[in-house]
Amino acid sequence: MFRTWRQKITLTDILVWVIGLSIAAVVIWGTISTLQSGKYSAESWFDLVVKGLALGGVYALIAMGYTLVYGILRMINFAHSEVFMSGPFTAVFLANALNNSGFLNRYPLLGILAVAVLSMAVSMSVAVLVERVAYRPLRNAPRLVPLITAIGASFFLQYTFRGFYGSGFEAYPTIEALNGAWQLGTVRLFKTQVVVILAAIVMMFMLYAIVMWSKLGKAMRAVSEDKEAAALMGIDVDGIIVFTFALGGAAAGAGGVLYILQFPVVHFYMGFIPGLKAFTSAVLGGIGNVPGAFLGAMVLGLLESVGPNLFLDGLGIPVASQLKDAIAFIILVFILIFRPSGILGERLTQTKV
Amino acid sequence: MALLEVNNIHTYYGNIHALKGVSLKVEEGEIVCLIGGNGAGKTTTLRTISGALRPREGNIVFMGEDLAKYKPHQIVQKGIAMVPEGRRIFARMTVMENLEMGAYIRKDKQKVAEDLEWVFELLPRLKERRRQVGGTLSGGEQQMLATARALMARPRLLLMDEPSMGLAPVLVEAIFDTIVKINKEGTTILLVEQNALMALSVANRGYVLETGNIVMEDTGEALKKNPRVQKAYLGME
Ligand SMILES: Nc1ncnc2c1ncn2[C@@H]1O[C@H](COP(=O)(O)OP(=O)(O)OP(=O)(O)O)[C@@H](O)[C@H]1O
Ligand SMILES: [Mg+2]
Repeated sequence: MFRTWRQKITLTDILVWVIGLSIAAVVIWGTISTLQSGKYSAESWFDLVVKGLALGGVYALIAMGYTLVYGILRMINFAHSEVFMSGPFTAVFLANALNNSGFLNRYPLLGILAVAVLSMAVSMSVAVLVERVAYRPLRNAPRLVPLITAIGASFFLQYTFRGFYGSGFEAYPTIEALNGAWQLGTVRLFKTQVVVILAAIVMMFMLYAIVMWSKLGKAMRAVSEDKEAAALMGIDVDGIIVFTFALGGAAAGAGGVLYILQFPVVHFYMGFIPGLKAFTSAVLGGIGNVPGAFLGAMVLGLLESVGPNLFLDGLGIPVASQLKDAIAFIILVFILIFRPSGILGERLTQTKV
Repeated sequence: MALLEVNNIHTYYGNIHALKGVSLKVEEGEIVCLIGGNGAGKTTTLRTISGALRPREGNIVFMGEDLAKYKPHQIVQKGIAMVPEGRRIFARMTVMENLEMGAYIRKDKQKVAEDLEWVFELLPRLKERRRQVGGTLSGGEQQMLATARALMARPRLLLMDEPSMGLAPVLVEAIFDTIVKINKEGTTILLVEQNALMALSVANRGYVLETGNIVMEDTGEALKKNPRVQKAYLGME
């Protein structure tokens, strides 16, 4: 018993554990010294937490596309970053038009809704198109093939949108109704962040309800388990796959609107980093798992916003918050090494028996 | 006109010629069984009828209509349901959800609710387990679920691929009782079985399949008495 156990431990395992433990030590050391230094007040920690949750809300909505498509096709749709980009990058023109006519600030709710509907519609159409053109013809190809196509589709979309709208930055108008913050005692809540968090929670719950309780959602789960058996139930498998891409696309488009409320600038390359972080969230929560994507996204948003200040500041690293992306991707690498199944999920390799 | 007519179908897996001209007929109200050794092509025959595989030659006519132009899910809508080989229940969905998937094509909610009661009467064990996730059922319960799920489509024709596989003798009898009951209530059945003795006892007619060819066709009783069948499939000398 003991010998077989010992034989299974290789040098790589030891190395990985040593690296893991030293990072953990750095994180703990950094946290303690940051807290001892007392540089940040409780209020500023609270600000960072709310900011992290708002970021997490965006990641969660984008992550849905990765997780749903993975659940059905067992493939990572790497073009999903561009599905996300296409919505807000298109809706910026509507937003500016609405702003110039004064509509946006007279009826902010209607204005944002109109922008959101356009963004969702565009992202949804792009997602469905990518499925139809790039993935469906390769449905039965080896798994590496659609992965390569996904990267191709991703570049194709980036440069198509660059061709349409130019390589410059487009700015979203500011919405006066969302400016400023509410003061609650000593803490303050930025209106934008509150709106983003609430909207993300409501939409994630709606997505969860669709997947768990609607007839189409149940059919999706059936297709994700066994396509041939699902067809034997009279389920149109291709139709369900299209529906899955559409749902993930619409969620990404909605996430795009929540994103530009926080970072009101769009460009053709804007999908890359949020897309990769949403993918990290999906893996962190357990890919293929809807509540997992939400949980993973919130954890990642929090780590990214609180992490640099909490873990690194105390170590004397200047402008630690610039390292937030590095933190996100270190997390991705470490989940893949230590817990590829994510927080709630099954192991990537064992998902299909 | 027979309910189902399979005319001289040839089905391939890549280069493997699995069905070499299979023809068979199923009349309305019958139980027809298809027996044959491992790898004879029984499952392939059923999968070709259900549309999962396409014959390269020959055609399949159901209620006077050629099925070639329909996709698998449309064939279900035409009235053909299947209990697939190895059960293939949705392991991560509850028993209820599995049954709902069985009734996926149906719009008549009222009738579906009645049929659910009927299926629970037929297979009471499922009723006790209805909130349980499919993957945690025992093998026999999973087989019952696969049967019940197919029945929820209220098919004209039910294809069953080895419903007794891996079951204890008591359960085998229960499954065959159910088959007879379903048939009495008006469902036509095409049954594939390793348990040839039981299958031939309940079937009106039977076909024997060997390496992709139908080699015999007769009534169930006659096949049971046929020395060649007895030797090859009933384990008698
Ligand atoms: N997916 C597949 N790819 C390639 N060949 C296959 C495939 N499925 C079946 N075959 C071959 O087709 C032939 C018929 O197989 P089939 O599954 O129809 O047999 P069967 O009569 O159902 O056997 P069993 O009683 O063992 O279930 C076999 O020679 C088998 O090896
Ligand atoms: Mg078989």
